[in-house]
Amino acid sequence: MPAVEAGFTIEEFLKRAEERDLLRFSTAGSVDDGKSTLIGRLLYETKGAFEDQIASIKNSKYSRAASGPFDFALLTDGLKAEREQGITIDVAYRFFQTATRKFIIADTPGHEQYTRNMATGASTADLAIILIDARLGVLPQSRRHATISALLGIPHIVVAVNKMDLREWSEEAFRAIEAEFRPFLASLGITAPHFIPISALYGDNIVTRGEQSGWYTGKTLLETLESVPVGRDRTADPFRLPVQIVLRPNQDFRGFAGQIASGTIRRGDPVMVLPSGRTSRVKSIVTYDGNLDEAFAPMSVTIELEDHVDVSRGEMLVGAAAPPHVARTVEARLVWMDEEPLEEGKEYLIKHTTQMARARVVRIAGRLDVVAGRESAAVSLRLNDIGTVVLEANRPLLFDAYRRNRSTGSFVLIDPIRNGTSGAGMIEEPRQTARQRDRTALRDHHVSPVTQAERFVRNGHVPATVVVQGKPDLAMRLERALFELGALVFVRAEPSGDLLAAGALVILCPRQAGAFCVDVPGVKSVEIDPAVLPADPDEAVEAMIARLEHDGVLLKHVSFEPGEGI
Amino acid sequence: MVVGAESENLLSRAGRTLTHMKALEAESIHIIREVAAEFEKPVLLYSIGKDSSVLLRLAQKAFFPGKIPFPLLHIDTTYEYPEMIQFRDEYSARIGADLRVGLNDAAVAAGANPYALGTQKCCGLLRTRALVETLAKGGYDAALGGARRDEEKSRAKERVYSFRDAQGQWDPKNQRPELWNLFNGRIDKGESIRVFPLSNWTELDVWLYIHLDQIPIVPLYFAKERPVVLRGETVIPYVDGVKLLPGEAPVMVKCRMRSLGCTPCSGAIRSEADTLPGIIEELIAFRRSERENRVIDHDEEGSMETKKREGYF
Repeated sequence: MPAVEAGFTIEEFLKRAEERDLLRFSTAGSVDDGKSTLIGRLLYETKGAFEDQIASIKNSKYSRAASGPFDFALLTDGLKAEREQGITIDVAYRFFQTATRKFIIADTPGHEQYTRNMATGASTADLAIILIDARLGVLPQSRRHATISALLGIPHIVVAVNKMDLREWSEEAFRAIEAEFRPFLASLGITAPHFIPISALYGDNIVTRGEQSGWYTGKTLLETLESVPVGRDRTADPFRLPVQIVLRPNQDFRGFAGQIASGTIRRGDPVMVLPSGRTSRVKSIVTYDGNLDEAFAPMSVTIELEDHVDVSRGEMLVGAAAPPHVARTVEARLVWMDEEPLEEGKEYLIKHTTQMARARVVRIAGRLDVVAGRESAAVSLRLNDIGTVVLEANRPLLFDAYRRNRSTGSFVLIDPIRNGTSGAGMIEEPRQTARQRDRTALRDHHVSPVTQAERFVRNGHVPATVVVQGKPDLAMRLERALFELGALVFVRAEPSGDLLAAGALVILCPRQAGAFCVDVPGVKSVEIDPAVLPADPDEAVEAMIARLEHDGVLLKHVSFEPGEGI
Repeated sequence: MVVGAESENLLSRAGRTLTHMKALEAESIHIIREVAAEFEKPVLLYSIGKDSSVLLRLAQKAFFPGKIPFPLLHIDTTYEYPEMIQFRDEYSARIGADLRVGLNDAAVAAGANPYALGTQKCCGLLRTRALVETLAKGGYDAALGGARRDEEKSRAKERVYSFRDAQGQWDPKNQRPELWNLFNGRIDKGESIRVFPLSNWTELDVWLYIHLDQIPIVPLYFAKERPVVLRGETVIPYVDGVKLLPGEAPVMVKCRMRSLGCTPCSGAIRSEADTLPGIIEELIAFRRSERENRVIDHDEEGSMETKKREGYF
């Protein structure tokens, strides 16, 4: 707790209050491990502590009382009471503030059957407090909470070893728990957890330092909450702005409104629109409070482009130098939240950034044993299961891996009949060795004086693989037709990373379906089923070109005249 | 492109965070835009109070330089303070908003009032019934409101998108999980979503934002000498419609309203706070639940939850 200074005026208070930042954290626990007491203690001890410093009310009867044993759980809803009353056991959001920060707590129950709630609370958290009862040590529930926190990408983990008073503040006991839990956390990729011995009941090391834990020299819980950086810094990541709505108040204004998912954008910066691939520059960054020279995540802004570009909701403005993946098929970790199980072949609606599409469950790759941290084969995912699935959407998704970008890597699945939210997904980095190589080839061009976007515009298309299965004659005709349109196009026996890196369209003609994988990150892949094409070869070529336009491979509104730059 | 310069740019671009007010603002604007984009006929429920004033400003920001693309709806109980109605009409006209007013004609015609019916029944008819019917009649599929999770226990678990069945009713056991900022607005015909963009704001945030953004609010929030009726501990502004009980007479008291409602059911507090910093200082000093002076919440344990189930905000 910051030392109580001499009182300050309301004006000074307002100035400080204005400058506070915001940290969201989650807690999970059961009735007995002291979670409600911990939260009650935090709410109680911080309530008014900062505010009491205002000179005029410093001595008011409302200043906080001395701390001591008290049923702090009374300040929050007891889970027990909720259960008795049959109220949904659910995520509850609570708020408190200190001199430097406002905090939002997502308070969730910790048992297995509440995985859904834990994931919900964790989804927006910058920090998770994992509560361990010092008498009981590391329980399956502790592992479950850690696994879900890691899965949901919470950047900071605090392990609060509670009820230390009942272990006579034994350093040995505390260190034993730390020694057991730390390797498990490391296996989840949590490399810098904060272990803190506390007594929520007596308030030791929560806000004030405990007198009996002299051996502990680290920060108190509140000091930790106040000092960790807020979230992962997203301002240096590649720019992503999923367009929510197009604002056209008059003929002269066309603004693309949305919340910046990652990165920073400045007036004059080049941007690319996906999936069309059109490029332009930022003309202005518009807000009610005046135009900005730059904006960064997570601001909500409206962007005007220099060129007249068609952009709709669901499309994305991105930094052309590092575009997201564009693919209809994604592999994802999925938390299942529906009474009706997820099975292969089922169809759902997928809400991803500002886009809604249909998605089919292609494959269930496995189900996670949350406590052991291992995945095993499964044919379905049931309520509160976590698994890995492959989904195929009816439209290209514009995504980054969840661990790189929580906004563009997350989605929910919605039951198309019952409308409920059935699952929450975190997209995995597309993995294939060939892909890695091609990705590097693509990335090499970031240092080139010619940008990818400029190549796209000159070629009139984005790099892509086009699979025309079992019809070499059609593949050749398509190559000729695209060449005449000005495309950089080749028929090849297998995908070529170099050609794709150069921005080419590579037409592949395997004898059988799935002969090789052509899903290269950042490169579109279009599979054409010859069975649905018109019998007439010219019409078939036309249909294939229409498909490539539809899928955003061939860029519309772009002249195919060779030599024309941006 | 000079590579070195670019990476330097990226470095200098890193490491910034928004203040909590700006972070909350960005989150709320995102929610409001989602509603405008995903629903066919949204409406903003405008209660004229301070939370509504913040919500309205955020809606202006969300669609700037355009106007708010949906109407405002005020449920008129006919018992509001005249200053509220005056403020409502003037302010909505000034910002070019499309204001609609809904009321329960039948109940008003039948003379519904809290003295004869009790506050619960009166509220049920003039607010809840009027709201549900106006929403249904208007075919509104989404209604934005200014409720906050910190207001009251039963609201701590409320979703940002709160699903209501065809009767406008809230089922706490049948709410959709909400992760990240991905909201599920799928509904069938007749069903609707109540949307709460201020879910993560506290009362202090609301006042701080009004102060920082200089948002106009109803003058009743500021302390002034006003004619009142003193009834026990309750200070009731004396305006048309307030009935004097035997032995009562209006007196002048410097007071203000902490929350706005109907004349018979909302009490004032004695106060010297006639500026926004003054109000915030007073708020901190009292730290009472803002609804303490509203009679309705005392009627029965958990009355807010009961009313919500029935369709109240």
